[in-house]
Amino acid sequence: MKTPVESMLLVLAGSFLGSIGAGFLKAGAGKLHGGLRYLFLNWKLALGVAFFVGSSVPYVLGIKKGQLSVLYPLVSLSYIWALVWARIFFKEKFTRNKVAGLCLILLGILFVGLGNR
Amino acid sequence: MSTAAVSAGQEPQRAAHRSKGIGLVVICTLLGAAGQILIKLGANTLVHPTPWSTFLAFFTNPLLIAGYCLYALMTVLFIFALKDGELSVLYPVISLSYVWVAGLSVWFFHDTLNWLKLLGIVTIVTGVAVLGKDSPK
Repeated sequence: MKTPVESMLLVLAGSFLGSIGAGFLKAGAGKLHGGLRYLFLNWKLALGVAFFVGSSVPYVLGIKKGQLSVLYPLVSLSYIWALVWARIFFKEKFTRNKVAGLCLILLGILFVGLGNR
Repeated sequence: MSTAAVSAGQEPQRAAHRSKGIGLVVICTLLGAAGQILIKLGANTLVHPTPWSTFLAFFTNPLLIAGYCLYALMTVLFIFALKDGELSVLYPVISLSYVWVAGLSVWFFHDTLNWLKLLGIVTIVTGVAVLGKDSPK
């Protein structure tokens, strides 16, 4: 059973939304002080969780058809989005290791995609 | 999370924390992989799903609920592990979940593995490890 391209795109969309959620969690977590009470009042954290839940919808729709051994590794693309958000919003620098890791992940995704038959 | 400066005298304690953290993260990856299998089983039961019906299924489909509960449990454990360990060490361990999921997919869903897929998974795991090397200590 070959995994449909549509399923792959849905999973990739899920990983994209999930990485936005992670970005908001990071932004919210940086302002965490004053106890658990504030955890629920923090709109960035709430938005982060909402994006995570939202990202699960395309993900579940995506993995319904096709092989999990192809679709699950695609989630690793979220690492790459996370690096991009970290660069843009948190001013974290791209280092040699980050770029190398990024290239390896992309290459790995390419191999998994090519192995989809 | 506060990161206290670590002096040379704390090295043995740090090593013990590290292995505890790694053990905890391995457990996380196993929970996460089991969660993925449950989520896939749940997704397979959805009939003509729309985005909205899929969203509702998160609250009604026992397999999806169980899968995401495992995922939540994994997240909580991972946060505990992070308190004890360095992200740069723990990150590569997390990518073990790709290996478990591939193995379990063959077992549960009769996925077909081939050399390209395996090479891809190994490359991704390596990539995550390399990426994690620069994570905050």
